[in-house]
Amino acid sequence: MEMPAPNQNVLSRKSQIVERLQSVLPIGAVIHTESEVRAYECDALTAYKCPPLCAVLPTSTEEVAAVLKLCHEMGVPVVPRGSGTSLAGGALPTADCVILGVARLNGVLETNYEDRYIRVQSGRTNLSVTGAVEEMDFFYAPDPSSQLACAIAGNVAMNSGGAHCLKYGVTTNNLLGVKMVLMDGTITEIGGEHLDAAGLDLLGLICGSEGQLGVVTEATLRILRKPEGARPVLMAFNDNEVAGECVADIIKAGVLPVAIEFMDRLCIETTENYAKAGYPDCNALLIVEVEGAPEEIDEQLALIKDIARKHDPVELREAQDEEEAARIWLGRKSAFGAIGQISDYMCLDGTIPVSSLPMVLRRIGELSDEYGLKVGNVFHAGDGNMHPLICYDANKPGDLELCEAMGAEILKLCVDAGGCLTGEHGVGIEKRDLMTHQYAQQDLDIQMAVKDVFDPEWLLNPAKVFPLDSSASRRMAAE
Amino acid sequence: MVKTEQELAEAVKVATGPLHIRGGGTRDIGNPVDGDVLSTAGLTGITLYEPGALTIVAQAGTPVSEIEAALDAENQRLAFEPMDHRTLLGSSGTPTIGGVVATNASGPRRISVGACRDHLLGVRFVDGSGTIIKNGGRVMKNVTGYDLVKLMAGSYGTLGVLSEVSLKVLPKPETETTLVLHDLTLNNSVVAMSAALGSPFEVTGAAFVNGLVHIRIEGFETSVAYRAGKLCELLAKFGEITQTEDTASAALWSDIRDVKCFADHDAVTRVSIKPSAASEFAENLWQTLRTDLAMDWGGGLMWFSMTEADGATHKALQNMCAGTGGHATLLKGPETMRADVPVFQPENPTVTALSQGLRNKFDPRGILNVGLMG
Repeated sequence: MEMPAPNQNVLSRKSQIVERLQSVLPIGAVIHTESEVRAYECDALTAYKCPPLCAVLPTSTEEVAAVLKLCHEMGVPVVPRGSGTSLAGGALPTADCVILGVARLNGVLETNYEDRYIRVQSGRTNLSVTGAVEEMDFFYAPDPSSQLACAIAGNVAMNSGGAHCLKYGVTTNNLLGVKMVLMDGTITEIGGEHLDAAGLDLLGLICGSEGQLGVVTEATLRILRKPEGARPVLMAFNDNEVAGECVADIIKAGVLPVAIEFMDRLCIETTENYAKAGYPDCNALLIVEVEGAPEEIDEQLALIKDIARKHDPVELREAQDEEEAARIWLGRKSAFGAIGQISDYMCLDGTIPVSSLPMVLRRIGELSDEYGLKVGNVFHAGDGNMHPLICYDANKPGDLELCEAMGAEILKLCVDAGGCLTGEHGVGIEKRDLMTHQYAQQDLDIQMAVKDVFDPEWLLNPAKVFPLDSSASRRMAAE
Repeated sequence: MVKTEQELAEAVKVATGPLHIRGGGTRDIGNPVDGDVLSTAGLTGITLYEPGALTIVAQAGTPVSEIEAALDAENQRLAFEPMDHRTLLGSSGTPTIGGVVATNASGPRRISVGACRDHLLGVRFVDGSGTIIKNGGRVMKNVTGYDLVKLMAGSYGTLGVLSEVSLKVLPKPETETTLVLHDLTLNNSVVAMSAALGSPFEVTGAAFVNGLVHIRIEGFETSVAYRAGKLCELLAKFGEITQTEDTASAALWSDIRDVKCFADHDAVTRVSIKPSAASEFAENLWQTLRTDLAMDWGGGLMWFSMTEADGATHKALQNMCAGTGGHATLLKGPETMRADVPVFQPENPTVTALSQGLRNKFDPRGILNVGLMG
């Protein structure tokens, strides 16, 4: 993956830049020695690494503003970073950038149960937002797999989803307002505690802009009352396509489960060896979860099982108690880890219309044979958000490139099927060069024009999202 | 009248002066606009409808009624419950799906399932220089590039002229019921609605109209009965509760959605705030300005009607919003009044500058519904 050459004019001023940053930040908030900056050389897309010029860890919105104002003045690129869990390289540094980490901004500023929102600093982890309201039986709905570690800042930047968005939506549907700092150091508030925008919906634009429009330091999030209960049912089939048809039938029947998760044979076997969840021997497995009071759950699951029976399942297993429910989810939740135990892998994130599920799965199987790389499929089937895991050997020369080439083919397949390149991980650097497959030049131009408005010098996370040649003239103008 | 996206693009490209963009012309909202009318009402038709994928794609000028009929045949619906503005505004014509999107029209169910913008999956539009642009798509999860889809929702034709929209749809529930709470003070109304919305019983409507609080529950029959029972227990302390079921309940919410109670008033301001600020807000105004009031979204959406279209009440509401957070829009008022006051809430200088910056990029010649949003 190509990254732009670092600006020598910035590299040569490192000591001056560090000194000036130190002058506006508390002691210990500027990380600049060669060994220490290594901690920031990559995010969860570990195939790509580059130590930054330095990293800063401000403790307030005002300090974030001071850092950005300085970097703006000195023409230094800034890469914002939440917890560094991006799978798309959203927080990958360049050698000439300052990493702006929000990890020390992790407080809860306000909880309001009457109006059902919480206001937090953006470095707070996703799960600890729910943690802050759990005692009152409330929760924050978006639940990306990395929720133990990932920060709200990153969730807002990438518009993160999770397993339960079929019912609750993704970050943008649960975000009410932000405090944000623009690249020139201006602090502004967008949205608030109310439900809609006064004028243009800038909040909707900022969510998912991959840290290219501003640095979010505070977020106001909707919180919801927890349902009375939830129960999963595990459904095993002998055929991927049949499982796919079952998903469509469930949705058409008028039940709306909170989650419909899919796993194929490779994932089932691998997680079974790893997590011992007790999954049946089958080719395709669905986990369907519904919520409500016990009688409501009974009613919905009865309907869902009736539908499943028409598709000749190998097994239908409804959780009888909490422990069995946890075991049904165990395998799904450890799927990525399990695959990681047997191989290096690349995780894709293309989304397709649910109706094309059988066709796309079949084609992925064919590509797997053509490329000679194994692919495991585990994904959110209800909303068509696929997560093919392509296995490769990082130590084998050329294997990563082969894996990337195959990944690109799968993502193009998703777009051609009526879907998109990324459903919840973001473009980052990973899918940057595939953007032209989904969008025409004028579609990209208007998006880049949006960045021109927020960050005219293109200093904020500049080498992401857009194909490098498309953004070149804008990025060069900054130097 | 333009009939295709290409013709629409051409019409914008060759325009030499300001354009007044409209769909069915039933939502005359905003500061009065000059210019030649460019209507999308000729771009009609459902392009794609996949019930199993919960998605529908339609040309911007497609009548809302046509979409609703197609969805109804599959027992689905637009869950965000778009308001039909004809009732309140006294307008006639055929509401279009493009108009719904351009005004981000969202009804009572906004509090549980989200607004129009939350159900909008993709757009195609023509920008101010006549270029055809697409953003988003037709899948429910999509973070590929910037989300211009949200930006276009509620931009009132000031950033581009919508040609096609793609929406998420949801199954229709088996039944619905409404609990009606009588004898509540205004303050207690908000408290009662907050209690219902903060319960696990999945309330899909919470409104205060004609002095009564209405709480809606939808779903499978047994589940609705169960939750109605639980909510009655929870809300018993607020006094007498009666129940309105099924089609009568649906008719009730259709009136609430369309703010039918204020159809006869000359001027109506729509206020969006956090619910806990609602009662103080209302008490204040009742005493000083004597407006009439209805609330939706558990108090998060307030409708103030004015007997005299003089603008002072509206300005007072905007001033109050500036203090508490939130915003006030003059949704209905004679043209003279709308020309005289800021229809939309003035925003902070940074947001104003960013919004203007975006308008300059999307509409460099400044010809699309100029000044409509202020």
